[in-house]
Amino acid sequence: MNAIILSALCGVVMMFSGILLPKSAIKNVAIAALLVLLVGNLLQFYGIFTINIDTKDLLSFDRTGLFFNTIIIVSTLVYFILSGSDIERVGTEVAEYFALIFFVLCGVTILTSFNGLLMFFLGIEIMSIPLYILTGSDKKNLKSNEASLKYFLMGSFSTGILLMGITLIYGATGSFGLQSTTIKSAVTGFSSAGILAPVGLVLLFISMCFKVSAAPFHFWAPDVYDGSPSVFTSFMATIVKAAGFFAFIKLFAAKSADFGPGPAWTLILFVIIVATLLIGNITAVFQQSVKRMLAYSSIAQAGFMLFALYSTNDFTKDGILLYTAAYSFATIGIFSILTKMEDFSLDGYNGLSKTQPVLAATNTVFFLSLSGIPLTAGFFAKYYMLASAIKSGGPISLVIIAVLFAAVSVYYYFKVIQAMYFKEGNAATNTTITPSFKLGLIILAAVIIILGVFPSALLGFYYF
Amino acid sequence: MVPLLLILIPVISGLLTFFLKNGNAAKNWALFASIATLVVGLYAVCPCCKLDFDAAWIPLLGTRFTLSMDGLSKILTLLTAISFPLVFVSTYNNEYKQSNAFYGLMLLSQAGLMGVFLASDLLLFYFFWELALIPVYFLCSIWGGEKRIAVTFKFFIYTFVGSLLMLVGILSLYFLTPDHSFALKSIYALKLSATQQNLTFWLFFIAFAIKMPIFPLHTWQPDAYEQSPTAVTMILSGVMVKMGIYAVIRWLIPVFPLATEKFGHLIILLSVIGMIYASLIAIKQDDVKRLIAYSSIAHIGLMCAALFSMKTIGWNGVMIQMFSHGINVIGLWIVADAIEQKLGTRKFSELGGLAQKAPTLAILLLVLAFANVALPLTNAFVGEFLMFNGLFQYNYWMAGAAGVSIILGAVYTLNMVQRIFYGNTVIATENAVDANKAVTFILTIIVIMVLGFGVYPQPLLDLTKQIHP
Repeated sequence: MNAIILSALCGVVMMFSGILLPKSAIKNVAIAALLVLLVGNLLQFYGIFTINIDTKDLLSFDRTGLFFNTIIIVSTLVYFILSGSDIERVGTEVAEYFALIFFVLCGVTILTSFNGLLMFFLGIEIMSIPLYILTGSDKKNLKSNEASLKYFLMGSFSTGILLMGITLIYGATGSFGLQSTTIKSAVTGFSSAGILAPVGLVLLFISMCFKVSAAPFHFWAPDVYDGSPSVFTSFMATIVKAAGFFAFIKLFAAKSADFGPGPAWTLILFVIIVATLLIGNITAVFQQSVKRMLAYSSIAQAGFMLFALYSTNDFTKDGILLYTAAYSFATIGIFSILTKMEDFSLDGYNGLSKTQPVLAATNTVFFLSLSGIPLTAGFFAKYYMLASAIKSGGPISLVIIAVLFAAVSVYYYFKVIQAMYFKEGNAATNTTITPSFKLGLIILAAVIIILGVFPSALLGFYYF
Repeated sequence: MVPLLLILIPVISGLLTFFLKNGNAAKNWALFASIATLVVGLYAVCPCCKLDFDAAWIPLLGTRFTLSMDGLSKILTLLTAISFPLVFVSTYNNEYKQSNAFYGLMLLSQAGLMGVFLASDLLLFYFFWELALIPVYFLCSIWGGEKRIAVTFKFFIYTFVGSLLMLVGILSLYFLTPDHSFALKSIYALKLSATQQNLTFWLFFIAFAIKMPIFPLHTWQPDAYEQSPTAVTMILSGVMVKMGIYAVIRWLIPVFPLATEKFGHLIILLSVIGMIYASLIAIKQDDVKRLIAYSSIAHIGLMCAALFSMKTIGWNGVMIQMFSHGINVIGLWIVADAIEQKLGTRKFSELGGLAQKAPTLAILLLVLAFANVALPLTNAFVGEFLMFNGLFQYNYWMAGAAGVSIILGAVYTLNMVQRIFYGNTVIATENAVDANKAVTFILTIIVIMVLGFGVYPQPLLDLTKQIHP
């Protein structure tokens, strides 16, 4: 509850700070507000202080959700620290951008605690609408406008599908609740409730696939990620995406003991996972622009995260938490460097190790983590996903397909490393690189390596 | 504690090397660190000290930081410990750009290798398996030859695919253990059904076969050896390929006895095909480096075949030969590097008559060449004899076919010696001088080991007896 209320309040505060404060102070205010949000959430996590409002059981707070909130807020903090100055450079209305990001966080925190389809829907909308604006925030850039419009149209369309699904489920069960008995009756009662409930569930599933850019509902993602200002792409591809996944899994996997994984359900997921891995990875191989490559790679990573839906056991929860942290940290780092590059193409990175050794070295760590190389956090993220699939006795063929695609992903991630280290060139940055930015990158890379050696460092907070 | 030191010394000294700005300081520091490791490695061989280490690592996953040392680990850690000083001294006069990074990465890869040979926990083993690979990737890609980027990338992707498949195998074993543990004991205690073994066996074996490499997964190897800087090639062929053989002995055959029996014949067949195939290609080579690379494939093929023949005597041969081949091939690379550094070419067609100008080098190479064809009184003879013995007990025909590759081995090795060192001098060798002191010194040490272990192999044979379980 704390995080929901505080993030909304912080959003309002940020809007006013645009009028009341000088432009240079806004970023620091945002960081301070985020710290308040973090403390508020931690207070609830450790059960010290909670703002109590009777939500009539529409929201419920559990440790997993609150811990996920913490990861998200910390990621956003890292994002503000590393990319705050780039947010300032996007346009004139700096305060608005920060305010919108806080509103997104409000949506995210609702998504981690919904207890019924109604709040779920609200969370999705509160999270999405500010994003449509952020995508188009570079007003004079046609590509940004296009991306925004595309995202908005496709997003509203999927929201429509989502609503339709909710309506059907409501019609079948007479409740928005997610209590297992209700859903159970929706599923086991196929015959009595007719076709409504299963169709509703499939519609829900499709619209969530859209939100997390799983194939074949991924077509918006590359254009939107490519078109929006890089600094907001970073936010969308990490924090928002992870939150979407969390909601997806909370909605389906958490309850799947009741309505799955039946054979039909498993088959759908199998196809979607393989398609997502295939399209994401294979298309990424052919990209010349690092930014666009990252867009496809984020689709590919979604394929891995979908494993959490496929199998439900104790590994899944740890896995999605670890994956979120590992993936978000690495991608935020990569984008914070990308935003500062003169040229987003692969050739633009040529020789970065000579011109900016710190940037190149940390970028390497981030890419190694995304590839899932041991000693980085990304390894354990993938490890947990594979382990959960094997433990639940899923087909080993799916796991083997996944690791083969992980090897494909090494191919395109390493192209950036090759450009930075082994090719001659003069990679140029578009601003001066401050020592504090370098320090931030080094700390982030260190965190990724520490999580790669001791994943308990993160999960320990969750369990103890 | 001793096994931990074997890993910690290279890791810490390797990381420190990155901060040394002076190139020569980095070189000397790395040499010093590798000698320190060698001292510890020698100490570990004598049977007086405690050779296990165990600490909590990731309790959530049921994995522990467990190291232990039996005879097999001793042989290979000793090989690793000896190789690095040999490599550092023999390439002492080579200059590398950013040499602090070069030596730092070298030491890190040594740590990875040590870890692979010491780990008694499957996940830990996997960690070190990868840790040994990553530094080598950077070493080859930054300091390698002209086509280094593409070639090294091929090597990396190949081995990475193998590792990932192994990871799937590791996970499936993990969930089969009753106490959900990666410990060697729990894995050995598994009684898997034939169907469980069949698939998982291949998940592991492909990873190991790529590393060794076994025909038809060997295509990365000659290119990678040719394009890597020679110091790295020495490590790759001298020590790193032994990871595959070691892993088969430690993690594959004991865990999957039924699958080994079922597929053993096929694997021996592949190995023998690989031996003959590689030997035939080696005969046709015009490049010293490529010749040694193919000859290495042939030797490894014999080791793999002897392993799967499942005879104790063959296994003893494999363990000795891992050590001997490691030493010998490093010696050959040193000669190849010395020639290339001095004369600027590695092609036989551009060389000849070098023995007149560099008699010491010629004598030393001749001993190494004899070792390469496993002549009696050289160290390789002991191992190859035992391996053939094992293979012969398994199947006459296979042993006979493998024997052909010995003859072919003599053809290409002696041909190499003859074309480089004898005959008339040519333009390239007209003004050649003998090898420098560092190279001569190291080669002399290697030759002493070759002859020493050839005449008296008992210390090594004793080590092969101390294998648990």
